[in-house]
Amino acid sequence: MKRIVLVGALLILATVPLWAGGPYYVNISSQILLYAIFALGVNVLAGYAGLVSLGHAGLFGVAAYAGARIMNDGHGHVVVITGALVLTLLAAAVFAVLALRGTGLGFVMITVALGQIVWGVAYRWISITNGDNGIAIRGRPSPLGLSLTSPSSFYWATLIVFLLAVTSMAVFVASPFGASLRGTRDQPRRMNALGYHVWMIRFLAFLFSGFWSGVAGLLYLYYNQFVSPQAVALTASAEALLMVIAGGTATLLGPIAGAALVVIVKNVASAHIERWNFVLGAIFVVIVVFMPEGLVPGTVRRWRRAMAALRPRATAAG
Amino acid sequence: MNLWVVLAINSITLGGLLFLLSAGFSLIFGLMKIPNLTHGSFFMLGAYLATSLIAHGFDFWTAAIVSGLLVAALGGLVERLILRRLVGAELAQVLVTLGLSFMIADVCLMVWTGDPIRIATPSALRGVTSVIGFGFPTYRLAISLIAVVFAVALWALLDRTRLGAMIRAGVDDPAMARVVGIRVSRLFTVVFCLGAWLAGFAGVIGGPILSVYPGLDQEMLPLALVVVILGGSGSLIGSLVGSFVVGFLYNFGQAMFPELAYVVLFLPMLVVLVVRPQGLFGRQTA
Repeated sequence: MKRIVLVGALLILATVPLWAGGPYYVNISSQILLYAIFALGVNVLAGYAGLVSLGHAGLFGVAAYAGARIMNDGHGHVVVITGALVLTLLAAAVFAVLALRGTGLGFVMITVALGQIVWGVAYRWISITNGDNGIAIRGRPSPLGLSLTSPSSFYWATLIVFLLAVTSMAVFVASPFGASLRGTRDQPRRMNALGYHVWMIRFLAFLFSGFWSGVAGLLYLYYNQFVSPQAVALTASAEALLMVIAGGTATLLGPIAGAALVVIVKNVASAHIERWNFVLGAIFVVIVVFMPEGLVPGTVRRWRRAMAALRPRATAAG
Repeated sequence: MNLWVVLAINSITLGGLLFLLSAGFSLIFGLMKIPNLTHGSFFMLGAYLATSLIAHGFDFWTAAIVSGLLVAALGGLVERLILRRLVGAELAQVLVTLGLSFMIADVCLMVWTGDPIRIATPSALRGVTSVIGFGFPTYRLAISLIAVVFAVALWALLDRTRLGAMIRAGVDDPAMARVVGIRVSRLFTVVFCLGAWLAGFAGVIGGPILSVYPGLDQEMLPLALVVVILGGSGSLIGSLVGSFVVGFLYNFGQAMFPELAYVVLFLPMLVVLVVRPQGLFGRQTA
């Protein structure tokens, strides 16, 4: 049963450009996958490690800016991608060392501050980042001679990266490392007493999370062929966190559903009303207050309860 | 006048404003363990409300106090209706306050449009006062004075009154404070309103210097965060010292390394975090 669902989902995902009805919808699907990768990265920390980061747009932005700079220096895509990801990992390591000085609220505040530093650099250090005007790049890569300029081909490339991300997450969650990370979330002192190096586990999780945020940042750069400080703002970090929380933390499907929800609402809402930020804020408040565990687990719970409520009535009727 | 003196005056003024903003933030954080990310919005909302009040004929100081009260009322509503439901769920509180800050920012944009609005300096405080041979802008001196007065008043409130003793007890050990009969939940509301009032008031008196524009909230909030991380949460003296440090770093940083002003601002914070994670004046928590 599970396998059939999985194959079905894969088939639907793979054929989106064939039935989506126009490049507009294909592009939105690419955006959903791209942000889903970002949300999955954030979820590693927010969900499995219990460390809520409001600075991940900083890492996303480091990858995008580094990619843009390296490419405009005239290097090929292989150099761009490796260079950007290595720089992102370095930035993630610095972020981790500083942010892991605190846990809980301390961690949140430090990540906000770190994210704002990256934003400040992107916005003000004009000689490097071109300030508010942002950096444009020349084109998307063409791996193995396949052009990614059309919406469909870019969608398929993003889908492949997305599937890699999901697979790596599934492996990570099931692995002993994933289990020990959840252990440090629930019982850090016991884990310490059992001989686990809590700090190192969190540090590695931060790197893992930063890596996928960086991948998403690079995809963002290739998708838009442009990056500006807006991608690094606190709002962007908050949006990523909203995707995770909205979908459901510490689940595999949650961040993906959350990314789909946010991207769709954002595109639909911004087409009809100007007040997108108000809607975003309102969604935040409503979800946190009424469905704190997220849409996916919340819906599952309600569905189960509804089913359980239906069953005795069904037998009574029959 | 000497550039450095001007910078120093501006730094002290900004430090004074930041103190008003961050004292409330720090108290809320220390007592309720809520990093109130709407605090920057309270600052901005206070300033915007005052522009409307002044346009309706109120004088500057009445407008400052009244818009502070309006912001405090909003803060009270937020605390009672929303944050109260989320006691203990820190993550949820962070997200709700962040969501509210987006909503407030958007409403401000809708009501007061995107153009920057300048609040006129109160006429009595225009011009220049000369002190030890230098001419200082009177209004900036007044802000510094107001900050000092508030610092003393807050200290007296916390250190010398029954309410202050209750707040301190709540910060140190909320469970024990409840046991001895202090209504900690009512304290939460009082402190949250007080913090919101200070932020709104600071927004108004900052208006003649900073003016009011969309994004002011997102600009002030990180400054308040840095102050609290530097000074240590829940500590009044920490807020005071942290505010002036940040005020100086911000102004001198912008004058000397305009492209790296933000980095200059955050570096000392990072040093403090590495050397003394609880902040300069914060107490070690278990």
